[in-house]
Amino acid sequence: MAAPARAVPAGALGRLDRWWIYPANVALWLTLFGAYSFWTIVFFHKDSYHQYLSPFYSPLIAGGRIPVSPALLIFWIPLGFRATCYYYRKAYYRAFFQDPPGCAVREPRALAALAPTGRGRLYRGETRLPFILSNLHRFFLYLAIVFVVIFAIDSVDAFSYHGHLGIGLGTGLILVNTVALGLYTFSCHSLRHLIGGGLPCFSCSRAARSRFQLWRLTSWLNLRHSVFAWVSLTTVVLTDLYIHLLQYGVFADPHLGF
Amino acid sequence: MTLAPPAPATAAEEPPQSLRITYDDGLTDRTATVRVWRGDGTGGRLVDYAVPLQEGMVVLDAIHWIQANRAPDLACRWNCKAGKCGSCSAEVNGRPRLLCKTRVEDAGGPDGQVVVQPMQSFPIVRDLVTDVSWNYEVNATIPPFTPAAGDAAPFVIPEADLVRVEEYRRCIECFLCQDVCHVLREHRATDRFVGPRFLVRIASLELHPKDTRDRLPLLRAEAGIGYCNITKCCTEVCPEHIKITDNAIIPLKERVADREFDPIRALWRRLRPLPMAAWAAVAPQGPAEEDPAEKGAPPELPPG
Repeated sequence: MAAPARAVPAGALGRLDRWWIYPANVALWLTLFGAYSFWTIVFFHKDSYHQYLSPFYSPLIAGGRIPVSPALLIFWIPLGFRATCYYYRKAYYRAFFQDPPGCAVREPRALAALAPTGRGRLYRGETRLPFILSNLHRFFLYLAIVFVVIFAIDSVDAFSYHGHLGIGLGTGLILVNTVALGLYTFSCHSLRHLIGGGLPCFSCSRAARSRFQLWRLTSWLNLRHSVFAWVSLTTVVLTDLYIHLLQYGVFADPHLGF
Repeated sequence: MTLAPPAPATAAEEPPQSLRITYDDGLTDRTATVRVWRGDGTGGRLVDYAVPLQEGMVVLDAIHWIQANRAPDLACRWNCKAGKCGSCSAEVNGRPRLLCKTRVEDAGGPDGQVVVQPMQSFPIVRDLVTDVSWNYEVNATIPPFTPAAGDAAPFVIPEADLVRVEEYRRCIECFLCQDVCHVLREHRATDRFVGPRFLVRIASLELHPKDTRDRLPLLRAEAGIGYCNITKCCTEVCPEHIKITDNAIIPLKERVADREFDPIRALWRRLRPLPMAAWAAVAPQGPAEEDPAEKGAPPELPPG
């Protein structure tokens, strides 16, 4: 239903506060993360240091048997999970696509589209390729849950120190990374829907009542989804960087052996 | 941009003494510069007013002071002055806000000024008043609450089933979410997208345990839910703190994904009746608890 033509108030001012801090921060940190990931996946083929396996390379597929980095075989799964994530969509639409750059902030693309015709023709939102693919988020979620299980196994393996039980700083980092990735995955909006949010009624059956409790738990986690998104991004980089530093012999892994 | 100098209060503009606001309680010795957009659909400009600052003064108080003491013809829509009627929606320093819930001292811009402008997503009637009638026309196109045949009010609904829908009931229809939504504000997609307010309304119906109507085709087509790209500005400006994106729009998007983008669930919907039908053929007849994972087909309704 078309509204009557509005008049943008002549002489009106835009936002007077520093609205650009959020998109600038997002653009900076996502760019740095992207650059680091590119470097470690494409150019760095060392996947582990003794019992520590880098999260970029886990699960290790065809390690050492293919001429390219094994991380190239799996990186699309976490990338797809984060690219279709409801939180990251907000972040990158604002930071990289300026759609919008901030709330109640003028969009350069919209102004250009509206000028000749009086109607926005460029904006398709998530109704066309490529952004309609965001609707496939749940499939990346299924794969991400499998990854969390694999990371948990990696964490258990990290307690093995030269064949004995031991705890190193790397063990702690891998464990924290697994917890952070688990919290990020299990606070997902799609999981919240699939676990119970999609039910029309929570009291209509015994199964629905059980799912209501799970839905409340995921809803509690979901409130902190953006925090888990950034924390898990940071722990992935820190864990990988730590393992690279050990590989280069920058320092020895402080540890306790039993 | 050239701004007009502060409009001096001339004798012609001075309102009669009987209309002037006089107060002493909480009056400070400070003055706030309030810049108000004055004009109509053909154009306008910002006009500066020096307003004596009162403790706890909200922007609507300042507008009232200006109306009473400087510009009796200043148009502003308001009603309750308690953040519950949703009438005094406008933009303060560029942010969509309720004038009655925004303190002058908190709203101060970089140099302490307070700029008050009308909502920019709707046609301007005059000064701070906009024509929001489009919203009511959209509202009329949404199929209303439709309980099952024979299921009539008063309903007895367990508390667990109200957890989701009671949040939507807090909406005061201030239309700040419609104002800030970039799909309406910047892309003017009013012919393809109903806006966050009406996605909340559809969610309140779709997630209602007693409603039987299927609005997913409407969501995908006329309501244009695909145009929302989850930038959460509607949630940021909601004065009732409704988590519009997380608790209304995303659950609706996921429901659309269930039906339109999930071949596994589509296959499950087709296959699930087979073992259930086979079980029904051999099982003893009796009352069984139903797990309504999907809403059934809506009942036939009379036209209109």
